[in-house]
Amino acid sequence: MDAILFLIFATIAVLCAINLVVQKHPISSALSLIGVMASLAVLYLLLGGEFLAAVQLIVYAGAIMVLFVFVIMLLNAGAERRSNRSLMATLFGVPLLAAFLALVAYVIQRGLPPTEGVYFGGFTQGTPRAIGRVLFTQYLLPFEVTSVLILIAIIGAVVLARKEI
Amino acid sequence: MQSMTSVPLSWYLILSAILFALGVAGFVIRRNLITVFMSIELMLNAVNLSFITFSYQLKQVDGHIFSFFVMVVAAAEAAVGLAIILAIFRNRSSLQIDDISSMKY
Repeated sequence: MDAILFLIFATIAVLCAINLVVQKHPISSALSLIGVMASLAVLYLLLGGEFLAAVQLIVYAGAIMVLFVFVIMLLNAGAERRSNRSLMATLFGVPLLAAFLALVAYVIQRGLPPTEGVYFGGFTQGTPRAIGRVLFTQYLLPFEVTSVLILIAIIGAVVLARKEI
Repeated sequence: MQSMTSVPLSWYLILSAILFALGVAGFVIRRNLITVFMSIELMLNAVNLSFITFSYQLKQVDGHIFSFFVMVVAAAEAAVGLAIILAIFRNRSSLQIDDISSMKY
């Protein structure tokens, strides 16, 4: 059951990611990215990350992608022009990417020590309770620094969105 | 029973590598500013999957915390980046990255 769910959602994620790269129109890419994020949320759930699966759907697929789609609509972005790229890039790019991926897969397969596989329920520390406890004790300082980062991001977005720039 | 249905850990890592490589490819070959930005988000998601996989393997919650921080940084980055894209579009009336090359030379 776990393997079937993993294979289904991994296939959806990879197909949506390929579609993101291939599509010419930004709105198609945005919808593909939402598909990648939703299927990744299911994989997080399989790995025991209940809280992060919810956050992935609410923050990423909900808030950030709505922002992207909103900007695409606002700017009325059409399909992109073709730029003059060299023949060598198209000829060698895809095989080299495939070779690189095969090498990475080989290294991961060989380098990992033999472990038992991933099954649903094998990790139960991903609940909001467990994450909150670690976040507010061990990682309290990074959490507070994050608030400064978000404040800077808000101020930066407001400054950049003014008329004069 | 559990070993029958379980998924090898390396499959998750290989999926993460595939998604990251596709993100890099999109970052390089797309010519639209917004699509390039979305490829960066794809790479961040791939890294999050790696973090959570290793968190599962080590039976520690720290990877989830890191992944959470990556999401926070991605949200801040999306807000600022889209504001920059809006400013560029207001000045240049174009989203093609071929047109935005004044810092190149």
